Amino acid sequence: MITALVDPFEALFNLQRALEARLASDWLQDQTTSEGPFPPVNVFQQDGDLLAIIELPGIDKGSLQIEAKENAIRIAGKKAVSYPEGVSVHRRERVAGEFDRTISVPVQLEADRIKAEYRDGVLALFLPRSERDKPRTIPVS
Amino acid sequence: MCDVTSRIASEKKRELEGKEESTIPARTFVPTADIYEDRDSLKVILEMPGVDKGHIDVRVEEGVLFVEGRLDLTKYRGLQPLYTEYNIGNYARSFRLSNTIDQDKIGAELKDGVLSLTLPKAEKAKPRTIQVS
Repeated sequence: MITALVDPFEALFNLQRALEARLASDWLQDQTTSEGPFPPVNVFQQDGDLLAIIELPGIDKGSLQIEAKENAIRIAGKKAVSYPEGVSVHRRERVAGEFDRTISVPVQLEADRIKAEYRDGVLALFLPRSERDKPRTIPVS
Repeated sequence: MCDVTSRIASEKKRELEGKEESTIPARTFVPTADIYEDRDSLKVILEMPGVDKGHIDVRVEEGVLFVEGRLDLTKYRGLQPLYTEYNIGNYARSFRLSNTIDQDKIGAELKDGVLSLTLPKAEKAKPRTIQVS
């Protein structure tokens, strides 16, 4: 259990540092063609490929529409929140409605190999970088 | 049914403000909640994306409902953040209950990061129809 306590927080701190440094970087700024920043997206790098993790609790998987082309991914869908008839609602904080968001990434993607996984209210998009976009090692003769 | 179908914006996660400091350096956020009541029970719906069934604690102590969800941070191991819009951490929230709850019958269901709690009102707390003669 000790290793589980030590390592994961490093990842968390990296993420928190990155979040605080966000304003200093203009990556993705003015590039998203969306109405509002919903759903919130985190993008990670993993062995040269990208991984987008999106918080989308309580979504019907079937209503999610994901499209990818070259260096852009579009995520659209509808988040519904409903209450049974005849109840008195005390608190209402969950947001509901339609969303449509396009994320542009600074690398070419291999659209055919993109994988999407929805689990526990989190959407993970595995975005493999296109082979022809990957850097080549140049041997020095 | 009342559905809301407007465009939505995500709100910044609210960080839990407590009197005590936690022993671990992870951050804790307040899950967004809906609460509604019908004749027999109180329903509490909490959004805790990323939390699985095995990492949730629900308890009622002295009229206060405590809900905690822990994130499995090992999934983030080896990932290098490039661009971030939200922070991650554990979830915790508590509510003072105004009804007397039948603690043995509390029901909890987790689906797609949404925890639905059914808190049945204790028999004596249920409203009674009084016949007027």
